[in-house]
Amino acid sequence: MTSFPHKHLLGIETLSAEDLTTILDLGERFGEIASRPIKKVPTLRGKTVINLFLEPSTRTRTSFEIAAKRLSADAVNISGSTSSTVKGETLLDTAQNLDAMGPDIVVIRHGQAGAAAMLAKHIRASVVNAGDGAHEHPTQALLDCSTIRAHKGTIAGLTVAICGDITHSRVARSDIHALSKLGATVRVAGPRTLLPVGIEALGATAFHRIEPALEGADVIIMLRIQKERFGTPLFPNTREYSRYFGLNARRLELARPDAIVMHPGPINRGVELDPAIADGPRAVILDQVARGVAIRMAVLYLLGGGAPDPL
Amino acid sequence: MSPRRPPPDADLIERREILDEAGMARALKRMAYELVERVGHEGDAIYLVGIRTGGAHLAVRLADLIRASGDVPKPTLGAVDISLYRDDVFRGLPKPEIGPTDLPEPLDGRTVVLVDDVLFTGRTIRAAMDVLGDYGRPRVVKLAALVDRGRRELPIQPDVVGVTVQTAAAESVRVMLKERGETDRVVLRERRA
Repeated sequence: MTSFPHKHLLGIETLSAEDLTTILDLGERFGEIASRPIKKVPTLRGKTVINLFLEPSTRTRTSFEIAAKRLSADAVNISGSTSSTVKGETLLDTAQNLDAMGPDIVVIRHGQAGAAAMLAKHIRASVVNAGDGAHEHPTQALLDCSTIRAHKGTIAGLTVAICGDITHSRVARSDIHALSKLGATVRVAGPRTLLPVGIEALGATAFHRIEPALEGADVIIMLRIQKERFGTPLFPNTREYSRYFGLNARRLELARPDAIVMHPGPINRGVELDPAIADGPRAVILDQVARGVAIRMAVLYLLGGGAPDPL
Repeated sequence: MSPRRPPPDADLIERREILDEAGMARALKRMAYELVERVGHEGDAIYLVGIRTGGAHLAVRLADLIRASGDVPKPTLGAVDISLYRDDVFRGLPKPEIGPTDLPEPLDGRTVVLVDDVLFTGRTIRAAMDVLGDYGRPRVVKLAALVDRGRRELPIQPDVVGVTVQTAAAESVRVMLKERGETDRVVLRERRA
């Protein structure tokens, strides 16, 4: 029997390794549905999922929408520009109004850390965090783990290098939590200005140059510079950034010969990632996207009952 | 409507044996012969689809027996998992493990035989038929069950049955299979008083 004793998915930090494995195992099963002639199962028929995206997103919002629809739930999408937040309504008011319409799950992306957790305290629906500021992006970490497990067989014992703008990356935080809970060694690398002090407390080893982080790595996760999250420049220019921290063929050779290259998207081609690598045989970036749908189906399925199993 | 929660194993006592090892072997053999006779000579090979988990094991055994009978084409073997098609997914029951659905050949135009271990309310069969519908359009779908314990809640009837038993609602029928590391037998159990 599958048990998942949580009403919400707010972050990876509060989940156990067993919870993560439950979602990953289910994700593998749900992946098969995409290959069926009718890519839909009736499981969440009659359930309503609201995707409340108050920050730009293509991949994650579409992925959640497809996941909900493949499970036969009704999906309603609200994005920043169409919501009443532009008329001055607070997030809490928006959420409580939506909650009054009786959704079963609210998926929220918001620029402020803790937005999902705040919502979870005040509404009846289950809340899924689809990215809150620079805090967490749990379903991205889960789909990253799913991709790694599919290509490497297991996660325990692997060395994973996460490179780029660590400071502003919720993906990095969720990845570090998930990968270390599942037994991987995690390295983070970036310029001092983009590497938060004390990141080691999460269980990662920090490097101020990319080369030592790549040395012998099984998995490389490249991150985008999140310029929208900082005002004053934190490095001279993108050309120089690329010269010191971009992943190119020469640097890729430092990693294990069978290392895979991942990126949560969107990619800034030629900045953090050489286009030849992004399109090359080592990149599994589109596989990540495909697995995202299955992982989100697993999450919606587990939360879709509205409450944990009363056992 | 409250969900039917199977009582935990510890609360059940065995009341009588419905089939022993030899009895189960005989019942399966007879079922295989009946299937060959009824649908074995209609067009393509029989497409056996077991319902996970018990029915899938029995489908493998029936396929072997049909193959051994020699006078029909080698049956196609598939399995379906109905967890995502249940009508009680969110009624507070623990969620079952989801097994793979494996239908190696298209269902269109085929003679499909759904195989289940115990036929009870008919809700499992209803869900299995929904799964089949999402994969294709069989020419005909038949139902084979090792045990028919009655008490149907939907208008569903089996075509081939190993053994029929009258049961009370509080009783439970358990099929033990060597594939799960047990000795082949079927027992009727009831809740400890």
